[in-house]
Amino acid sequence: MKHLGWKCCFLMTMVLAALPLLAQQTPSLTATSSPAAASGTTSAAAPEASTAVNDKLAQLDQRVTAAQSAGDNAWMLVSAALVLMMTGPGLALFYGGLVRRKNTLAIMMQSFLLMALISVLWALVGYSLCFGGNGPVIGGFEHAFLRGVGAEPNPDYAGTIPQATFMIYQLMFAIITPALITGATAERMKFSGTVLFLTLWFLVVYAPLAHMVWGKGGLLNASLGGKFPTLDFAGGTVVHISSGVSALVCALYLGKRTGYPKQPMPPHSLVLSFIGACLLWVGWFGFNAGSALAASALATSAFVATHFATAAAAISWSLAEWFKNGRPSALGAISGAVAGLVAITPAAGFVGPMPALAIGFVAGLVCYWMVTKVKSIFGYDDALDAFGVHGAGGTIGALLTGVFAQQVVNPIFGAGKPVGGLDGHWGQLGNQLVGVLFAWGFALVGTIVLLKVTDMIIGVRVSETEEIEGLDITQHGEEAYNLES
Amino acid sequence: MMKIEAIIQPSRFESVKDALREIGIEGMTVTEVRGHGRQKGHTEVYRGREYTVDLLPKLKLEMVLPDPLVQRAVDTILKTAKTGKIGDGKIFLSRVDEAIRIRNEERGENAL
Repeated sequence: MKHLGWKCCFLMTMVLAALPLLAQQTPSLTATSSPAAASGTTSAAAPEASTAVNDKLAQLDQRVTAAQSAGDNAWMLVSAALVLMMTGPGLALFYGGLVRRKNTLAIMMQSFLLMALISVLWALVGYSLCFGGNGPVIGGFEHAFLRGVGAEPNPDYAGTIPQATFMIYQLMFAIITPALITGATAERMKFSGTVLFLTLWFLVVYAPLAHMVWGKGGLLNASLGGKFPTLDFAGGTVVHISSGVSALVCALYLGKRTGYPKQPMPPHSLVLSFIGACLLWVGWFGFNAGSALAASALATSAFVATHFATAAAAISWSLAEWFKNGRPSALGAISGAVAGLVAITPAAGFVGPMPALAIGFVAGLVCYWMVTKVKSIFGYDDALDAFGVHGAGGTIGALLTGVFAQQVVNPIFGAGKPVGGLDGHWGQLGNQLVGVLFAWGFALVGTIVLLKVTDMIIGVRVSETEEIEGLDITQHGEEAYNLES
Repeated sequence: MMKIEAIIQPSRFESVKDALREIGIEGMTVTEVRGHGRQKGHTEVYRGREYTVDLLPKLKLEMVLPDPLVQRAVDTILKTAKTGKIGDGKIFLSRVDEAIRIRNEERGENAL
């Protein structure tokens, strides 16, 4: 194993060193040239004064566009950073606090690993697979090694920001999606198995799904003429349903943790989870409002909807607990908030603030029910409730988007065209259902196959002894806390 | 020489320590322990799952004293650690065969 490891490292180094040669030179990102702007009006036989005015107007036009672009780019870069923060340390802390002490580093390591691994894959081939080409199911290789991805905007996706900004923003989504799945496999999955499985999952499940919903020509793309236009503003299907359903499959395939459900396995530090949840809430503004791809009124609308849905969901989950247990818990409140964030994700840029409150309130209750009642009825060990919150929250959010989407918020189908149920276009619910079922099916099948493949190649579950000793020691040779030292 | 092992409520510790100091007893070893006698625990709920927590946090005081001091120490501890409710704890006494001070290897009651 060790020899294989050294050979792999050597090969990787050679490949990485050769990359700059392979990548076509893209325009320098430090260039201050404005994006594709009008080159000014021509003035053939006009008098000099008029030419001067026209030139001035053309110049002004260029500068206004540049200013708008600067605003958009600034917001998008911040959004990208916010979304990355959602994974690290947001999700890492949220999950980290929920597991037992002996598995803290392991779950954090998995999120961190993805921050690194997915980034590299994205640069090599991931971005191109998701956003290249114009096929119905998957992109192409035209942007492999980030060829052609530089300061020039890609008008198909975001016409006022450098394509590189769009690329780096989307990368952060690709990072957090597989990270969510680790919540279901927590405390019993091998690190090597995680690396292989999530790499394959990213390429085989995430990339096609992202392309179908957001890529040019994608089957489910609502704005670029997909056959089944599913409204998904920031990734309810691509991120949450896909990871949530995959999480369920993983939980079932791996089986229950040793001792579950008899042995108590309470969270070892809800303080960490609390901090993580708050970072998720703040970071999610980048996730949802940033999906407007501009510093626009639509971004504001998505920001506002996101916030109110989250607040309502935290309250509804807490109310449910207060009613059921006589006391609201901290874990319940933060879980409710996350459920609201998930549910508003597909709806953020399509619904108004009042519907956002409604969506959040419903999501809090539904996810509470999923995580307490449904999980115990079926008995699956979705350790950190990745399915209960993301799978279920994403599904309910996607469906409610069809109900509450309004053209007055976002006329996505064209001026004057109704969008969702509140506009009278109840058929959109049908489209949403198609998108939801598709995401479910795709994730389900993809995950089963890839899990099996991974299991055959390298194995997915740790041995019982390793599981009892703890993943931090057995997978990483470390202890999370050496408080006596 | 006798060893006093006293398991008490953590909230009573400061009072016990101060009272013992007043009668001239300053050396002791304190450990954080968990346990229970007849005291009931509590229930915690995490995402709908209930956990009964039987083991309650207590403090264990250990001190080795020359025989003449033992009775007064026990009385002091009893007076200050008692709240009258179940869960107050227990005191155990045992004989000690030898005591040695590591610094200068003094033995017997001089080492206490």
